[in-house]
Amino acid sequence: MTLTVKMTLNGNAVSAEVEARTLLVQFIRDYIGLTGTHVGCDTSQCGACVVHVDGKAIKSCTILAAQCQDSTVVTIEGLADGDKLHPMQEAFRDNHGLQCGFCTPGMVMSAVDIVARHPHLNEDLVRQELEGNLCRCTGYHNIVKAILAGSPRG
Amino acid sequence: MYDFNYHRATSLESAAEIYSQSEDPVYLAGGMTLIPTLKQRLARPTDVIDLGGVDGLSDVEQSAETLSIGSMTTHAAVAANSAVSSVIPALSALAGGIGDPHVRNKGTLGGSVANNDPAADYPAALVGLDATVVTTQREIPAEEFFVGMFETSLVEGELISHVRFSIPDRAAYMKFANPASRYAIVGVMVAKFPGQIRVAVTGAGPAVFRSGEMEQALASEFSPGAIDGVTVAPDELNSDIHAGQEYRANLVRVMAARAVEICG
Ligand SMILES: Cc1cc2nc3c(=O)[nH]c(=O)nc-3n(C[C@H](O)[C@H](O)[C@H](O)COP(=O)(O)OP(=O)(O)OC[C@H]3O[C@@H](n4cnc5c(N)ncnc54)[C@H](O)[C@@H]3O)c2cc1C
Ligand code: FES
Ligand code: FES
Repeated sequence: MTLTVKMTLNGNAVSAEVEARTLLVQFIRDYIGLTGTHVGCDTSQCGACVVHVDGKAIKSCTILAAQCQDSTVVTIEGLADGDKLHPMQEAFRDNHGLQCGFCTPGMVMSAVDIVARHPHLNEDLVRQELEGNLCRCTGYHNIVKAILAGSPRG
Repeated sequence: MYDFNYHRATSLESAAEIYSQSEDPVYLAGGMTLIPTLKQRLARPTDVIDLGGVDGLSDVEQSAETLSIGSMTTHAAVAANSAVSSVIPALSALAGGIGDPHVRNKGTLGGSVANNDPAADYPAALVGLDATVVTTQREIPAEEFFVGMFETSLVEGELISHVRFSIPDRAAYMKFANPASRYAIVGVMVAKFPGQIRVAVTGAGPAVFRSGEMEQALASEFSPGAIDGVTVAPDELNSDIHAGQEYRANLVRVMAARAVEICG
């Protein structure tokens, strides 16, 4: 069946007519054309597809677009303010927290969520919280440094 | 994934109604098991009935002896709930140790127990904490609910509305997690009630089970050393690339001893 899915995406009202089986990540990339959100595994493991739905970080490859009807969704494209990067994006750049960059959109979306939930961050906690994000390049060390640096209280 | 008809139910009654009128329907909670299953084309439902719009299924209610949690409560919400952490901290810790933060933001109590994955954490909590599964049709004691591997006593169309846990004097859950998925290779819930000790084991066998021998040993002396002499028979246990039967049998005793130690 097809249905019209509407949501607020990075502050803009968007809608598209999609098949019921359409995943949120397909809706965002293929129908709306925002390709910052990546698909690394498509099996709920890697976190390259992490976006925020109604303020919660989730894997957009494991949720139907239809489940996000009338939701507020933020993707990596929604973080910067014009040319001014989000502080977490700055922190990843300053700390060399990426190499190929494939995992980075999901890492940054998870990182923004982690610092929002934890007033007192430390290295151990960051590493635990990154359980759902895989990176094949960096060895995580600089990602952890970036997240600590990007924490407003950091 | 094959296509299907999508329905967003607004109440348990309307969900059950849509179910009864559909050819080959399935309920959708957080989708953390169902969507991967559909992607792999292991199931081909004609109708997917989303429970995400049903109100009142994410409440936590505490009484003197029980703690009742709605079936659509996410693992993250259970882990963060102050009533849960004040009366059954072992349950908060268990929920907070499931998968990763993204899985915990979508995965639900009801979906986890309905699925009855042999390596899931919640079955140990339900059996260890002498819980009752409350459905749209009846109340089912946890030990009768979990029938076998991926099998429960739910009948066609029956919906879990909440789970009622008994509040123990003390309890602790220890798991030896699969390093990739965080599912339990072996997980043990030890709970101390007035006049009763319960030891529930997940991950080790085809479905959650109680260890009567350990319960007896702990009833006479509640200390990690009390179960040193208890042997766990490996023959009925699971064996896979992560852990063989003998290793799992040993892990059951080690995890149980650690849980007892935390219980104090
Ligand atoms: C990467 C990853 C890691 C994970 N790690 C762990 C882990 O460490 N430990 C662990 O225990 N689990 C783990 N899980 C599973 C997770 O905990 C989910 O709770 C579980 O997959 C069920 O998902 P869900 O609640 O979204 O239900 P769904 O996937 O939506 O549904 C699962 C099944 O339950 C049925 N169902 C759902 N709700 C009800 C209801 N109220 N009444 C009747 N039937 C219902 C559905 O029809 C479906 O058949 C992991 C999952 C993933 C993807
Ligand atoms: S693409 Fe979603 S978790 Fe890997
Ligand atoms: S930077 Fe390449 S996968 Fe993380």
